[in-house]
Amino acid sequence: MAPQIERPLSPFMTYRWTLTMVMSIAHRITGVALYVGTLLLVWWLLAAVSGPSAYANFQGFIGSWFGRLILFGYTWALIHHLLSGIRHLVWDLGYGFGPNEREWLTRAALIGSVALTIVIWIIAYAAGGLR
Amino acid sequence: MSGSKSIRTPLGRVRGLGSARAGTGDFWQQRLTAIALVLLIVPAILIVMMMLQRNHAAATQILGSSSVAIVLILFTIASVWHMKIGMQVVIEDYVHNEKIKLASVMANNFFCFAVALASIYAILKLSSGV
Repeated sequence: MAPQIERPLSPFMTYRWTLTMVMSIAHRITGVALYVGTLLLVWWLLAAVSGPSAYANFQGFIGSWFGRLILFGYTWALIHHLLSGIRHLVWDLGYGFGPNEREWLTRAALIGSVALTIVIWIIAYAAGGLR
Repeated sequence: MSGSKSIRTPLGRVRGLGSARAGTGDFWQQRLTAIALVLLIVPAILIVMMMLQRNHAAATQILGSSSVAIVLILFTIASVWHMKIGMQVVIEDYVHNEKIKLASVMANNFFCFAVALASIYAILKLSSGV
């Protein structure tokens, strides 16, 4: 192996953080979080197959404050990744690259994700779930 | 050397260096599964909402109905496919040690496959009677 040569670091840490940069890495982080979170979905389905006691076990966890916290985080990660993904699909079609358009799209995705997460949780509580 | 000119060296060609030429396929499949998920997420969230606070018997009945089962299986396949491609991109971006990269890519494939199979098994078992 050649001796390690000191090379200058790319300025990604010293550059001023813009909204689109933050959303981009948030898209990746929420993606990885959702990837890990599929374990929760698998647990839920296998608990349903395994019988009432296993299912009650799962419900006990998901109803605890810790479980609700994880579920809330998972919901937000899902909605954020969804809206940011739609933003990417719009870009894939070639629209929304102008300086104002992309800021608008990005802001809409961010605000929309928070709003939609809260709306979904309000509906869930209203429907009697997670009392 | 006869034939078309190439800037690739013979050793490079033999060792299979260079692009794997699978990028376009991955790009398209990622978009395809993304659009499928945009369509499937609404019924999926509705199904989860229906299941809240239900006891095991009610939950099993909901999960066992054909339309719910089919939607969830489609959602599972699209999600797992999408997350496999996505995680592979993340691994390729950050892991540069060849051995660890190989192990990570394999682990990613195995994890996604296991999640898909476990989910589909559970859904099918519920819909054909416990």
